[in-house]
Amino acid sequence: MTADAPSTAAGQEPAAPQRTPLHAVHEAAGAQLVDFAGWAMPVRYGSDLAEHQAVRERAGLFDLSHMAELRVRGAEAGAALDRALAGRLSALELGQAKYTLLLADDGGIVDDLIVYRLGEAEYLVVANAGNRRAAADAIAERIAGLDATLVDETDETALIAVQGPAAAAIVGAIGLESEPLEGLRYYRALEAVFEGEDVLVARTGYTGEDGFELYIAAHAAEDLWRAIVLAGEEHGLALCGLAARDTLRLEAGMPLYGHELSLATQPAQVGLGRVPALRTKGDFVGRAAVEAGPAEGAPVLVALTAEGRRAPRAGYPVLDGGRVVGEVTSGALSPTLGRPIAMALVEPGSANSDSLTVDVRGTQLPAAVTQLPFYTREARA
Amino acid sequence: MSDTQYTQDHEWVRTEGDLHVIGITDYAQAQLGDVVYVDLPGVGRSFASGESIGEIESTKSVGELLAPAAGEVVEVNDEVAGDPTLVNSAPEADGWLVKVRFTEQPALLDEAAYRELTA
Repeated sequence: MTADAPSTAAGQEPAAPQRTPLHAVHEAAGAQLVDFAGWAMPVRYGSDLAEHQAVRERAGLFDLSHMAELRVRGAEAGAALDRALAGRLSALELGQAKYTLLLADDGGIVDDLIVYRLGEAEYLVVANAGNRRAAADAIAERIAGLDATLVDETDETALIAVQGPAAAAIVGAIGLESEPLEGLRYYRALEAVFEGEDVLVARTGYTGEDGFELYIAAHAAEDLWRAIVLAGEEHGLALCGLAARDTLRLEAGMPLYGHELSLATQPAQVGLGRVPALRTKGDFVGRAAVEAGPAEGAPVLVALTAEGRRAPRAGYPVLDGGRVVGEVTSGALSPTLGRPIAMALVEPGSANSDSLTVDVRGTQLPAAVTQLPFYTREARA
Repeated sequence: MSDTQYTQDHEWVRTEGDLHVIGITDYAQAQLGDVVYVDLPGVGRSFASGESIGEIESTKSVGELLAPAAGEVVEVNDEVAGDPTLVNSAPEADGWLVKVRFTEQPALLDEAAYRELTA
């Protein structure tokens, strides 16, 4: 048997992969570790399908410490981020989070980010591991000259996600000193204390379920992880790797950098045309290009479903009436829906075609265009 | 001496009279992750040495079943086609894939050599 490499890697670095603060815990739990964007990350602990299902039905625990935490402080931090990023971050309320984009001058996507406002003059920018340096360098360069500084805190910070319908019960039972979590709305964060350590508790995630993302000092990560595992026992909490994370986010219709998003794609091509705040703020890097729009004929993102059990996978050609019109950016046999699902970039003329096929290693798999997301927890409930 | 031998490509080959049963090893299934689809060849199909005669798809990747020598497919495991998880739960037993008649002698590793390969 020969197998292709797992399609999770967003970027490769030649050096030995960096270890997260939870590395020893993963090894003890029998995780299969892979090099992902220069980090040794669990791809699965046992069955990735079981891990996926646990998040949909109960809860899952993820180590996301490879993600980059960039703290931006200063009296002009809000204005600085308004200039550097596509969204209007100065308008965020304290404790509010926002999904936004870091654009290049030509409107291409350098990275997609979550930005939290933690104080009047303090923001936390969370970037993809593979784009850590590109994001940190671009933001630092763009905020220069304003009263704002960027500090890369990635190596000192652990990020732990608890996702799934039981997430609130579990995080509520680990002994956090905090305001009641029930009052914490989606895309809001609050500062809490766990065993004497500051922890940022955010109601955010990348799975399509309710859940939390917890930011804590690296040296306290193991204790927090163990407390969550203990509190999760009665709720059927599963340790989850990147394989489950990828199928969960795909079902939820969430884009992944390096797959749907890249320097070659503008936000409007991938359904993120409303992310740049064109009406509510002034100039920002990429504004002119975004206003001009993507080039004539630039590919657009479509959602595809098919029958059967064969997965369309990233890189497979998409054909319309037998002619290649694009390619799959992410695809899987959906664990929840039990059928093939995919996102693909295709020529705009084929975005509503009813004659698309995906070339699955020489076999043409008929594919129907549908709307994202493939899965919502409301529809399932 | 075990009648099961192995290939460099992480397949096992068990001799049954003048026929051979082929599957993927426990090591291979662990590397693949959860198997969600198995595509097996038709009975009677002839194949060359090194030819891909089937596919094993997991959530994250696709593995090819490579013929260790030229031959012909005598039987396929219909049960595993219906329940691909057998490849994960019993890769070297109920999760067997094809039974073949080789027309040439395959070059195989014994268990010790294979263990060394995957150590």
